[in-house]
Amino acid sequence: MSYYFAIIGTQDNPLFEYEFGTSKQGGDGMARFTEQARQLNQFIIHSSLDIVEEVQWTNGQMYLKLVDRFFTSYISCFLTASNIKFLLLHQPPSSSSSSALPHPSSSASSSTPSLVSSSHHPPSSTSVIPSLSTLTGGSNSSTSTLTGGTSRTSTSIAANPTSPQTEEAIRNFFAEVYENYVKAIMSPFYRTNMEIRSPVFRARVAAAGRKYL
Amino acid sequence: MSNHLPAGAGNGGGGGRAGDSGLRYPSNGKTIYHRPLNRTKTAELSKAAFAYLFAEMVSYAQRRVTGIQELEKRLNLQGHPIGLKLLDLLLFREPPRTQLRPLNIIALLHFIKINVWTHLFGRQADRLEKSSNPDTPDEFMIIDNEPLVNAYISVPKEMSQLNCAAFAAGIIEGVCDGAGFPARVTAHTVGDTGGGGSNNGSGGTGADGGRGEGGEMWPGRTVFLVKFQPEVLEREALIGAKS
Repeated sequence: MSYYFAIIGTQDNPLFEYEFGTSKQGGDGMARFTEQARQLNQFIIHSSLDIVEEVQWTNGQMYLKLVDRFFTSYISCFLTASNIKFLLLHQPPSSSSSSALPHPSSSASSSTPSLVSSSHHPPSSTSVIPSLSTLTGGSNSSTSTLTGGTSRTSTSIAANPTSPQTEEAIRNFFAEVYENYVKAIMSPFYRTNMEIRSPVFRARVAAAGRKYL
Repeated sequence: MSNHLPAGAGNGGGGGRAGDSGLRYPSNGKTIYHRPLNRTKTAELSKAAFAYLFAEMVSYAQRRVTGIQELEKRLNLQGHPIGLKLLDLLLFREPPRTQLRPLNIIALLHFIKINVWTHLFGRQADRLEKSSNPDTPDEFMIIDNEPLVNAYISVPKEMSQLNCAAFAAGIIEGVCDGAGFPARVTAHTVGDTGGGGSNNGSGGTGADGGRGEGGEMWPGRTVFLVKFQPEVLEREALIGAKS
């Protein structure tokens, strides 16, 4: 399970971003996005802002739950009172787990539009090969992709992005980030829509991610 | 300190404890993130200290201005960022059940009248009114009989137009802007005789009884005129039609 968390300001400008992986179920807290997916994540988050703006006037809650889905990426949103958006993109480890499965599933996944394979995760039939080839190149992340895929089980919160447990875990994560965000803006030198650069804030977000996700 | 070694390598998160960012920490190691956001009910600031600071703020704003309009604008600007931050802080302090973003004008004004006022001045605002003039449905009034900010401000005769509660108006404007209800907020003194009744034809029909005497009883009565941008009302109508 990989997460991409971003805080978006009122002018749709990013204030903070952070990538991390799950720490539950023996995860090591590292994000497993491919280089392409990492770039795409920002576009996905940006496109979901439209949906957030649709939802925000129908629901007064701060936690808007799951707002958007782009193939295997799920986007949860938390909206503060002053219209700062916390967006969490979470990607269940389907790509790595399906690569561990035998071929029937890979033929099923190849029927999905080719955009998936080009953008999100490589199609499972081919994903093993490039990661093996990069393995010889000494890339550290691809080896952990393989081991991570086999060690994780489907009962983790990560595997069910729509389950109530996941929803609750993300709610707790957002609540903790929100508290730290409010502390950040209490600084008299902070003005709305300024980037949050504090290393303490980053460490706090990382701690919240480790704790709940 | 101890988490130097294990977490430091991980995706840039745990690192940056010291040194590399050039950031300096307080000697006791406590940053703004270590302090609690909730405070006890009785934690209040000295009124004298506030009055002293506020007087300085007014004279600072007055230093290079050409007119009263500009002075009020400056006071307004000083309050604006406070309002933006208060909105988040006060909603954070709400119990989780009622932690709702204000979605319509009434909810927002109630939030200002009750939460913001209680936080700032230790009591609620005295009255909330909607302009009865059909030409200006976008105008709302928050009325305070004796604004705390004006308690120790004496305005000279030749500047009788001035109301230093423009600072509080700026705070209100910040709250409105932050919540997504862009508005223009101005402070007007209506305590003077004549000012209260004729101004804008304000007030509902039922409230007229108490209004006439208000002028004498509360010479410092201030009306915060909240004028929302047209798009706010447009959206309000759309939301109202949907639900």
